[in-house]
Amino acid sequence: MKVLVIAEHDNHKLAAATLNAISAAQQFGGEVQVLVAGCDCAAAVSEAGAVQGVAQVLSANAAHYRDQLVENLAALAAGLVRDEGFNAVLAGGSSFGKNLAPRLAALLDVAPVSDVVSIAAPGRYVRPIYAGNVMVSVESDEPMQVLTVRTTAFEAAAAGGNATLRELSPREDLGVSRLVGRELSKSERPELTAARIVVSGGRGLSSGEKYREVMEPLADRLGAALGASRAAVDAGFVPNDYQVGQTGKIVAPDLYVAVGISGAIQHLAGMKDSKVIVAINKDPDAPIFQVSDYGLVGDLFEMVPELVAGLAVQ
Amino acid sequence: MKILVPVKRVVDYNVKVRVKSDHSGVELSGVKMAINPFDEISVEEAVRLKEAGIASEVIAVSCGAAVCQETLRTALAMGADRAILVETSAELQPLAVGKLLKAVAEREQPQLVICGKQAIDDDANQTGQILAALMGWGQATFASKLLVDKGTIRVTREVDGGLETLELPLPAVVTSDLRLNEPRYATLPNIMKAKKKPLDVIPAADLGVDIAPRLRHLQHAEPPARKAGVKVADVAELIEKLRHDAKVI
Ligand SMILES: Cc1cc2nc3c(=O)[nH]c(=O)nc-3n(C[C@H](O)[C@H](O)[C@H](O)COP(=O)(O)OP(=O)(O)OC[C@H]3O[C@@H](n4cnc5c(N)ncnc54)[C@H](O)[C@@H]3O)c2cc1C
Ligand SMILES: Nc1ncnc2c1ncn2[C@@H]1O[C@H](COP(=O)(O)O)[C@@H](O)[C@H]1O
Repeated sequence: MKVLVIAEHDNHKLAAATLNAISAAQQFGGEVQVLVAGCDCAAAVSEAGAVQGVAQVLSANAAHYRDQLVENLAALAAGLVRDEGFNAVLAGGSSFGKNLAPRLAALLDVAPVSDVVSIAAPGRYVRPIYAGNVMVSVESDEPMQVLTVRTTAFEAAAAGGNATLRELSPREDLGVSRLVGRELSKSERPELTAARIVVSGGRGLSSGEKYREVMEPLADRLGAALGASRAAVDAGFVPNDYQVGQTGKIVAPDLYVAVGISGAIQHLAGMKDSKVIVAINKDPDAPIFQVSDYGLVGDLFEMVPELVAGLAVQ
Repeated sequence: MKILVPVKRVVDYNVKVRVKSDHSGVELSGVKMAINPFDEISVEEAVRLKEAGIASEVIAVSCGAAVCQETLRTALAMGADRAILVETSAELQPLAVGKLLKAVAEREQPQLVICGKQAIDDDANQTGQILAALMGWGQATFASKLLVDKGTIRVTREVDGGLETLELPLPAVVTSDLRLNEPRYATLPNIMKAKKKPLDVIPAADLGVDIAPRLRHLQHAEPPARKAGVKVADVAELIEKLRHDAKVI
């Protein structure tokens, strides 16, 4: 059994989702190899090589892998899987993995499995459907298993490995898509999907200005990542990458604080596996209270500043 | 420029589905169905491109049972010019849908296919990427902005870290994300007009592709329910609970 994990990285650092995918790959019980395709990506390659449980890192270095454009990456991975007889390919269930894995699977003519949350055996998985309201066990006889894994369901693989490194020759540049630019949010805060505490704001915050005024001190105080409901993103309070939910990010922190969020099923889909959920909402019947461990009914504009002040007192 | 918009009939997003008592699937009888919300966004985008004089024709296509004609009529009422039902009562998985859509794309020769980012029933997020691979075309998934300029398309994508803009040659596949646009409501006159627009039915078998499911869905279960906790009286009690009961801060 040979399992390939496709690394997500920016040529310097591995994305956290890759570490989750590596630990999921270990559950196949075979040899885990990691593909790092990039340009001047030696740092990412050596980081991958130092992850526990990785036997070999395959690196492909070329200008046309720099921007992680999916057409070139999928072609490279498909060739590799065929030539080297991999039995399974995994990627993290991030926007990177979701973009890539189905394309790769189609090139191999196999059915991909998305967002796997548990691996009973190679080819036997559980995944959520209908916004997480149903868990389905899936069985696949495909000769090459292609899956994305939900990052919150698998621990991040730890450092401490010592993999062999092997350089691959790059494939030709397909020259399909071209990167025009990226506007990536910069933040000093922990990354949303990996944070121990997440505080999320919804439409109840009423504006971007109020969102920042109310939510940032709370996040600062708790060392938390900031998230949001779709309504808050659609209304322009915060950027798109804050969205938690069925079609946004999936988070499962130790503590999730939902502020001015009603608790639509699409939002719950992204956070209901959090260990402890706190909701602050002025509507005592808001559905968010049905999943909250601690509910506080009241005006968020009073409650949150009071909470920030209270947390300052030991 | 022709645009093909695949639309899927799914359980309405407001419905909280239930698992059948024998765990064989999800209870669908009597459940409200609707066009997949992302597909509504795709139709809207395609119709806007037509209104802007960039697209010449918008074709909605759905793969599934005869009832999917309802979904296609919704797309027609929003402004699609004509519709195609690839009819089959068989279970369809994304790889099979991708193959059927490929066969339709080969017949229709669109310059652009706009899929939804994901169907809210299977939450697969696969079909657009699969179709792009099968066609050998470029793909731009999770689009929040789309600009067509002669033979190319510029797409802003919602990615985990923020936004990314790509340029691709046409033909290409785009998948729509929530913030691409706000779909219009179909007006009554347009719903009436849609009834007269052409809707072709092609039996899936006529397209000569293998649509047999590759994955078996063994068992459906409801996830363990979270039990509702307690309401706290005030902020002080909340802090006390978080510190001493939950011990998370
Ligand atoms: C296809 C599809 C995908 C979707 N994907 C997602 C997703 O990924 N993530 C997501 O979040 N949503 C998603 N949604 C949207 C979802 O259905 C809800 O519309 C959305 O989550 C609502 O956001 P909200 O709770 O902030 O707003 P609302 O539902 O409007 O709730 C606002 C809440 O704030 C409270 N409030 C207002 N003022 C105050 C105050 N002063 N003090 C205290 N409380 C106050 C109100 O009581 C209310 O409960 C999706 C919808 C569709 C159709
Ligand atoms: N049966 C179908 N008929 C038409 N389009 C479909 C069908 N299934 C999926 N699609 C398209 O593919 C998108 C993604 O679906 P999925 O890959 O199932 O999440 C949908 O938003 C539709 O645009």
